[in-house]
Amino acid sequence: MSLPEPAVALEIAGLHKRFDRPAVNGFDLAVRTGEFYALLGPNGAGKTTILRMVAGLLRPDAGAIRIFGVDALADPVAAKQVAAWVSDEPMIYDKLTPFEYLEFVAGLWGVDAATAEARSRELVGWLGLAEHAHERCEGFSKGMRQKVALAGALVHDPKLIILDEPLTGLDAGSARQVKEVLRERVRAGGAVVMTTHILEVAERMADRIGVIAAGRLIAQGTLDELRARSGQGGASLEDAFLALVADQAAA
Amino acid sequence: MSAPGTVAWLARHEVRLAWRDWRSMLTAGRQRRGRTILAILAVFLVFMHGVAASMLPRYAGAGDIDKASLVAITGCMVLAFSLMLSQSLETVTRAFYARFDLDLILSSPMLARRVFTVRIAIVAVSLAGMAMLLAMPFIDVLMLRGGWRWLGAYGVVVAMGAAAAACAVALTVALFRAIGPRRTRLVAQIVAAVIGAAFVISLQAAAIMSYGTLSRFAILQSETVIAGAPEPDSLLWWPARAVLGDAAAMGAVVLVSLVLLALAIVAFAPRFGEHAVTAAGATHPVRRQQRSGRIRPAAPARALRRKEWMLLLRDPWLASQTLMQLLYLLPPALMLWRTFGEGTTGLVLLVPVLVMAAGQLAGGLAWLAISGEDAPDLVATAPVPARQIVRAKIEAVMGALAVVFAPFLAALVVAAPLVALVAAAGIAVSGAAAVTIQLWFRAQAKRSHFRRRQTSSRVATFAEAFSSIAWAGTAALAAAGSWFAVPAALIPLAILGGVRLISPAAK
Repeated sequence: MSLPEPAVALEIAGLHKRFDRPAVNGFDLAVRTGEFYALLGPNGAGKTTILRMVAGLLRPDAGAIRIFGVDALADPVAAKQVAAWVSDEPMIYDKLTPFEYLEFVAGLWGVDAATAEARSRELVGWLGLAEHAHERCEGFSKGMRQKVALAGALVHDPKLIILDEPLTGLDAGSARQVKEVLRERVRAGGAVVMTTHILEVAERMADRIGVIAAGRLIAQGTLDELRARSGQGGASLEDAFLALVADQAAA
Repeated sequence: MSAPGTVAWLARHEVRLAWRDWRSMLTAGRQRRGRTILAILAVFLVFMHGVAASMLPRYAGAGDIDKASLVAITGCMVLAFSLMLSQSLETVTRAFYARFDLDLILSSPMLARRVFTVRIAIVAVSLAGMAMLLAMPFIDVLMLRGGWRWLGAYGVVVAMGAAAAACAVALTVALFRAIGPRRTRLVAQIVAAVIGAAFVISLQAAAIMSYGTLSRFAILQSETVIAGAPEPDSLLWWPARAVLGDAAAMGAVVLVSLVLLALAIVAFAPRFGEHAVTAAGATHPVRRQQRSGRIRPAAPARALRRKEWMLLLRDPWLASQTLMQLLYLLPPALMLWRTFGEGTTGLVLLVPVLVMAAGQLAGGLAWLAISGEDAPDLVATAPVPARQIVRAKIEAVMGALAVVFAPFLAALVVAAPLVALVAAAGIAVSGAAAVTIQLWFRAQAKRSHFRRRQTSSRVATFAEAFSSIAWAGTAALAAAGSWFAVPAALIPLAILGGVRLISPAAK
């Protein structure tokens, strides 16, 4: 007896986006629920552009995006209801406290006050922000700001979390806290799609890794599958990644 | 080409940046709009020459230098100087705190003294340039009517720019030393606002108390002041005499101003680098908010309004700008208090002041709330339609406007209900027009980038000012019971129509 196929959390088909030159060029992807997916690629490969289109921050020129079955282009509000976006530059309000920020985000997602309060307390505790929960964010370090932004992304209990370089600038302790929180969300049945330049993070955390170059997905799979594909069996992810990107550039 | 690292080389670099910044502000970053902006600038200058021609019938042809002329000219100069000082204080404070390229420059082997020598000089030059542009129509009209001697006014404008920059540098450094880097920024902004408004408000307050009029020139033209003023040969009148073409006075005024500027540069430029480094190290004080720690229930629109109000209340830059707006409301408040119960004639004069202030305040608030968003991605990824987000922000702005003007309207309702009704309608329409203009010219960026309104499109800023003035005029006519208010309303509507056509929103 075979297990039922897991539901697809994110489905991208034939995505195109052009600025002065093509940035995303026929990108396809399917991320399952309960999966941690890492998207790797050299600078300018189109990773952030793809994630911004998924988050509803950019309109694609062509293609389809479905988030838990909802057509994100036809019904962006419904798609956004179940998703969260965290960028590398934490976008929070300097003049609000973390608790006020979470209250605001909960209001935007229409979370009822009791649930929002319980989740806020839980997240603030998990991320080590409890001591600063009622201080304005203006004096916070980059790591603390990133944790506040992450708490905001999680307070409405999203099923799909999209992160663009979320660990940039975080110290080892903070990065570990963030990784644990994300792992916990995946265990709870959510899906995480993340870009990162820290290959060790992708290697240790991701269930599957996608490699993107020139706006296209050139390879994807588990770490072992990528090693095999690159012909670098037993090599590190870094070696496999560089080999795949070099092959693509040569082609 | 000047050698790298020299004052001339630095000056060239700064002038190039300033020119590009200015050009980008005028064109909102669109190269192709350059011609349109030039055309608008030309129309503006022609219009201002017309305004100047209608405002300056009296002094232009004055042959003899009498006390009345000297008092009036000196009054205008003090007014202009206070505004220039206010502006330069803002600019100099920015030199301490705005990091832009300061980290790069201060980490280079370049002498900080040299950098700030150039920057202080640029402040003086840009201040004089802007003042000259604004004063040009008035000086030109005076020259046409009174002869070439009025050309001296241009020299005096340059002298005032140099003196204002020198005073601003001294004042900022004094504040820095007295209250430290943390508080200087906010206090300097508030001082700038108060200095900019103080002279006008004092004149108006004196005019209201003495003559029951809002005209700030009533005092300057009063027999008491003219009789009590020093004789025409007093040193006090030298700046005014310089404006009137007295070559010796002009030479002295320009020389004294340039010496002041040089002294400020010599005395303070070497310490500027040190202060800038200290300012960079000034940490934010930990501010705890007194809250129960309970989350208040809110629908998205309410959450957005609440957030906007919290941010508006906690924005020190906005606080200083709003303080300026509120300071300008003091004279009308005084007028309201003085004429309360004495019939509606005096109260009618209040209506245009309130309507104009409402337009300006709404524009400032809308600029911050609509264009300034520190977490645009968060708001854009929320499951809330974009239209609802904008509507909530507009509601927040109009709500704040209602809070500021409600006390005035409440007092007016008791004194003259019909006038209050007209004022309320005028405030609402003028505010809505200003918000609409800001919507058409919105340029999403972080709130911290919006310390200067200049980063907004100049077209939007001028359109907002003209719209507020036109609505104020319309409301004044309506409050006076004149049917001319109906055709007069077509003017602000035409302004709005024109602005819409050239706005980015129409593209």
